[in-house]
Amino acid sequence: MSFFGSLATVSFYAVLVGVLAVAILTVTTRNLFHAAIFLAFTLLGVALIYFFLHAEFLAGVQILLYVGAIMTLVIFAIMLTAKIGDPSMPQSNHQRLPAFVGLAILSFILIPAILKMPWKTEDAFQTTNAVQIGKALMGEFVFPFEVISLVLLVALIGAIVVSRSDQ
Amino acid sequence: MSIPLTHLLVFTTLLFLVGLYGVLTRRNAVGILISIEIMLNAVNINFVAFGSTLKTSPDLGQVFVIFIIVLAAATAAVGLAIVLAIYRNQKTIYMDEIDLLKW
Repeated sequence: MSFFGSLATVSFYAVLVGVLAVAILTVTTRNLFHAAIFLAFTLLGVALIYFFLHAEFLAGVQILLYVGAIMTLVIFAIMLTAKIGDPSMPQSNHQRLPAFVGLAILSFILIPAILKMPWKTEDAFQTTNAVQIGKALMGEFVFPFEVISLVLLVALIGAIVVSRSDQ
Repeated sequence: MSIPLTHLLVFTTLLFLVGLYGVLTRRNAVGILISIEIMLNAVNINFVAFGSTLKTSPDLGQVFVIFIIVLAAATAAVGLAIVLAIYRNQKTIYMDEIDLLKW
């Protein structure tokens, strides 16, 4: 393997470890606003992983939609509801130890199953581009595409109706 | 791809379990929604990895990732609207204090 190839491999593993570390910070930090900022870094790291997997269109969509739109929504909700300044309020319930033990057992079941499964992988790495994704969306997947656009419209109207104040 | 598929699958499993830990332990409803976003992202990485390494068209995986991203946006909008409505009525968003429907 060439020098740049091994450099890409090492940086890929570094990104994976970094995303996992930031995700753990997201779910364990006490301050909810800090959790939202860590979530933004997690989502940016996932966009980096898409770049490593040659899914450039998805990386762009990820940055625009998640980091741009969903993060704004989450931060708005935190600002409108949570009393962040109160450090005496416990931010996690009493299920931390049972949850950790249960998820550790689940990971000890899942990870050996993944490692033992004989995956039928192709030799060549398959890539696609935005043109092919658009043709697939408008050709083979046109019915789910229309359904999902209707679902999004109904969900957004529902969100407005639910969050509107009564007077 | 420069790393084997199984390493990426182990990573996404761990990321999914981290998100599940957040869902199970957070008291704050917005924190639970944040953890759900992490779980959805882990699933999305799985779709892209399978689409580009297994014997399927890579478009298939990426089209479904786009669908999941749209559904995640709908989830976030509706979920946060519900959180706002609960906060307006109950003056709390801690999930263990919202027990109006519990005997």
